[in-house]
Amino acid sequence: MKTLPMFNLAKRIRRARIMTALLGMCALGASLLLLRNQASARSRKEESPYAVLATAPEKARERKNPLAADPDAVVAGRKLFEQHCVECHGQTAGGTMRGANLRRDEVQQATPGTLFWVLTNGIVRRGMPVWSKLPEPQRWQIVTYLKSLNIRPSQAQSSSSATENVASH
Amino acid sequence: MHFVFCGRGPSKASVPIFVFIVLSIATVFCPPSSLWAQESPYIVTYDHYLEEPGSLEVEYFSTFGTQRGGNDFQAFWAEFEYGATAWWTSELYVSGQITFNDSTIFTGTRWENRFRLLQREHIVNPVLYIEFENTSGADKILKEIEGHDVESDFADSNGALRQEHDHELEIKLLLSSTFKGWNVAVNPIVTKNLLPSEPWEFGYAIGASRPLGLKASPQHCSFCPENFIAGLEMYGGLGDTQSPGLHETSHYLAPVIAWNLPSDWTFRLSSGFGLNDNSHRLLLRWGVSREFSGFGTAVKRLFGGRL
Repeated sequence: MKTLPMFNLAKRIRRARIMTALLGMCALGASLLLLRNQASARSRKEESPYAVLATAPEKARERKNPLAADPDAVVAGRKLFEQHCVECHGQTAGGTMRGANLRRDEVQQATPGTLFWVLTNGIVRRGMPVWSKLPEPQRWQIVTYLKSLNIRPSQAQSSSSATENVASH
Repeated sequence: MHFVFCGRGPSKASVPIFVFIVLSIATVFCPPSSLWAQESPYIVTYDHYLEEPGSLEVEYFSTFGTQRGGNDFQAFWAEFEYGATAWWTSELYVSGQITFNDSTIFTGTRWENRFRLLQREHIVNPVLYIEFENTSGADKILKEIEGHDVESDFADSNGALRQEHDHELEIKLLLSSTFKGWNVAVNPIVTKNLLPSEPWEFGYAIGASRPLGLKASPQHCSFCPENFIAGLEMYGGLGDTQSPGLHETSHYLAPVIAWNLPSDWTFRLSSGFGLNDNSHRLLLRWGVSREFSGFGTAVKRLFGGRL
């Protein structure tokens, strides 16, 4: 059956209205996201990247690293760090434009539980994704590696294993 | 607009060519990265993990489906998934299909956005998923089953199916939880064809998965248990506003497995079995993906932006 031209026109107008409404919604959404981004960028500039460490709940801070005494944890943690973290934090964990310096005292003096908490929850508003998709033991392996970064060579030599040093921090 | 890639008789060679083109483009424009994908094995279900900011993931998926009362088919799609921020991921899909003894056709595009609603991890983590689909009735990727989608809908020839054009808005609430290495995800789905006369359709996808190993081994390896994630998905339709319920709906159960390689590649395999007479007997899916970190930075550099 041949469709009437008027009916076709009405259909086209309806479709155009739907598309306009959709485009409008997209534009509104994009504007809101832009505004939110600008606001969060302003607050990001004002806030130290290390401030989040102080916001870890007490219970999370006190968690002990179950792999602190695992002799493979530092090596495995380093492997995981290279796979997941180097892009933002740099090859030596010294930080880049996108990620904080993890060798700083603020990080090195934080408890293993605090680092585990930050790793688990990310710092979404600053661009760090949540890493809870890594199983808990892998997150603890990364924490073990991070805590091993402030061990000076002289200290490392005086100790029988790196992991014992990590446990002492 | 729909393009017929070839006439009668499927060109099976077009599939690897399509994969090759998609991955080559991404490889040329993005340098190799150190970022290692830790992708979930789900093909239909979504968990709450978004793409890392600035990273582009290029994915190719294929679904082989059996068809009673018609010809078997192979649907394929490419996904370009970009992490705009840590709380927003945007994704473009391009899909096509081959119906054996019929033709190979382009079936449409999808634009998907996922927004993380809560900044921190909780027992259940919600993510809002909004997608706009511009597809034809010949679209057979079966990426989501909703409403009264049943096997017989796909029995017609491509020539007949592609006469139907769908502009749909799809909204999902992705609820996902990870505990002791297990991930459980539940996705209620609501879809609306943008024609006013069309009803709202409902569907669901549920998945559970776990890595085979929880601790990482110290050495670099391809076959370590932590590189494999196995799981199970179930998905199906729940009717629509005019006729809600399970009658005339299709449902699938699919074991899934992902293999995350240290070289940034991920392979996925899923074998979906139809659970009732309205379902395709078998939906065999596989996918390959590669993550390119620093894509956003590379694009900014290209346009002289500040890094």
